[in-house]
Amino acid sequence: MSALTREETEALIQEVLEVYPEKARKDREKHLMVNDQSIEQSKKCITSNRKSLPGVMTIRGCAYAGSKGVVWGPIKDMIHISHGPVGCGQYSRAGRRNYYVGTTGINTFGTMNFTSDFQEKDIVFGGDKKLAKVMTEIEGLFPLNKGISIQSECPIGLIGDDIEAVAKKTAAETGKPVVPVRCEGFRGVSQSLGHHIANDAIRDWVLPRREGKAFEGTPYDVAVIGDYNIGGDAWSSRILLEEMGLRVIAQWSGDGTIAEMEKTPYVKLNLIHCYRSMNYIARHMEEKYSIPWIEYNFFGPTKVAESLRAIAAHFDDKIKAGAERVIAKYQAMMDEVIAKYKPRLQGKRVMLYVGGLRPRHVIGAYEDLGMEVVGTGYEFGHGDDYDRTIKDMGNATLIYDDVTGFEFEEFVKRVKPDLVGSGIKEKFIFQKMGVPFRQMHSWDYSGPYHGYDGFAIFARDMDMTINNPCWSKMQAPWLKKAEPEAEKKAA
Amino acid sequence: MANIMIQRGSKGDYVFYLPKRDLEDAIVSMEFDTPEKWGGEIKLNNGGSYYIEPQIAPAKLPISLRARRLDAAE
Ligand code: SF4
Repeated sequence: MSALTREETEALIQEVLEVYPEKARKDREKHLMVNDQSIEQSKKCITSNRKSLPGVMTIRGCAYAGSKGVVWGPIKDMIHISHGPVGCGQYSRAGRRNYYVGTTGINTFGTMNFTSDFQEKDIVFGGDKKLAKVMTEIEGLFPLNKGISIQSECPIGLIGDDIEAVAKKTAAETGKPVVPVRCEGFRGVSQSLGHHIANDAIRDWVLPRREGKAFEGTPYDVAVIGDYNIGGDAWSSRILLEEMGLRVIAQWSGDGTIAEMEKTPYVKLNLIHCYRSMNYIARHMEEKYSIPWIEYNFFGPTKVAESLRAIAAHFDDKIKAGAERVIAKYQAMMDEVIAKYKPRLQGKRVMLYVGGLRPRHVIGAYEDLGMEVVGTGYEFGHGDDYDRTIKDMGNATLIYDDVTGFEFEEFVKRVKPDLVGSGIKEKFIFQKMGVPFRQMHSWDYSGPYHGYDGFAIFARDMDMTINNPCWSKMQAPWLKKAEPEAEKKAA
Repeated sequence: MANIMIQRGSKGDYVFYLPKRDLEDAIVSMEFDTPEKWGGEIKLNNGGSYYIEPQIAPAKLPISLRARRLDAAE
């Protein structure tokens, strides 16, 4: 099907909005737009970071998910206590596939779930004593942990426990950092505020710990920030940076450690991959330690090369030459990947609906394969995300903020993309509708997708999904009428 | 009064950032912009305006400041 025109897309939005009651229609209307690249300011045409409408199916998470699941969870040598009832931590345990090296349960704890398992009496009498006990137990059972973070779930804020006091007391006893994080799920409108709270906790409790201590730096020290090593993403990014001559001294937070985070104020440049979840700490370090930061994008060879050059521009000629060397080295491999997959994927259309950076970052990777992104949206993006997206998207494409289950389905029915990229909650709906689908949060249990090595896997996965023979078998054989005859003739 | 941050954008212009609301925007005008007197009323691209106590221009940016809201955009 050919692309929709601007008028058709606008009509589609109106048509979808029609089923809502008047008030809901008005509210949702502000979150949907037809892209127009001439717009400088997204604010005029799309509203974001607002409370979801009660009654619709939103795909968002909570502040606890943003802090425990995204920012803190991947720090592998710390133990992150899901403080409150057992469910929040257990149902999200190890779901994000943040890879790490280490022996789980001995010196790393990434895939384990620690919880204070609140019961009725803890709600009534307060849970501070229990929290202190949990932490003492942790010290006994897992003595190699490098610190503890307390990730508050909803009830903690509701009953007003003083977790800061418990944290300070335990930290004094064990001599290890204990970080209280006030990321109760009810705060804010989405997981986005959880990222912010988590960043603030790092700022207050982690970064000052090594201030004034000796550090043997080099002029080429950088930190990779906002790469959560999903399926090994940070590793396939890191090797490129190291190959061009930089020294990566910290990974935030995929496969990261608390020691790395503490050393970050000594870097020369902060490299931000996920802008949405980590820009706060980058801004803080820029102000306090005068460390500049840049956003980079490691999806697809075009963007990787662009980013490597932009990063190198902050350093001397040695690094600049290094960047060119790396780009040249992988050129042949990339040409091969594109030669193999582009003919199979050319012209295919994609609709995305993901989280913090991918709705705009992966566009380049699809374009490298000759594919086109015809719709995109953020679960919890803010105005500055949309400002950045408008330029990357084609004209007259759909942009949707905090899309509801209903809207997303209707859009897909009408736009008829060849591929939908979103999360696990959307996956089976679209597959049952007969639309090829990739999970773009967890890479559908594949990955890495970052860097040059990642692009080869990305291309293969997209081909595997779109050109899978199962999509031609969506109709039961006995429902297929008269077609075999026609087929026979054609054959 | 709100805590804000002022930084330099990529084109050398001033960029306004309001952490509380995660609002990032370009500053289109600043009342005083000389080394001796800096600040006053600032106007944002989105139409909002804030007031920072005029002061000596900061030695380095970004800088966190207290600002009073005169007129919010939304
Ligand atoms: S909203 Fe509250 S109860 Fe629900 S998962 Fe988040 S922290 Fe837990």
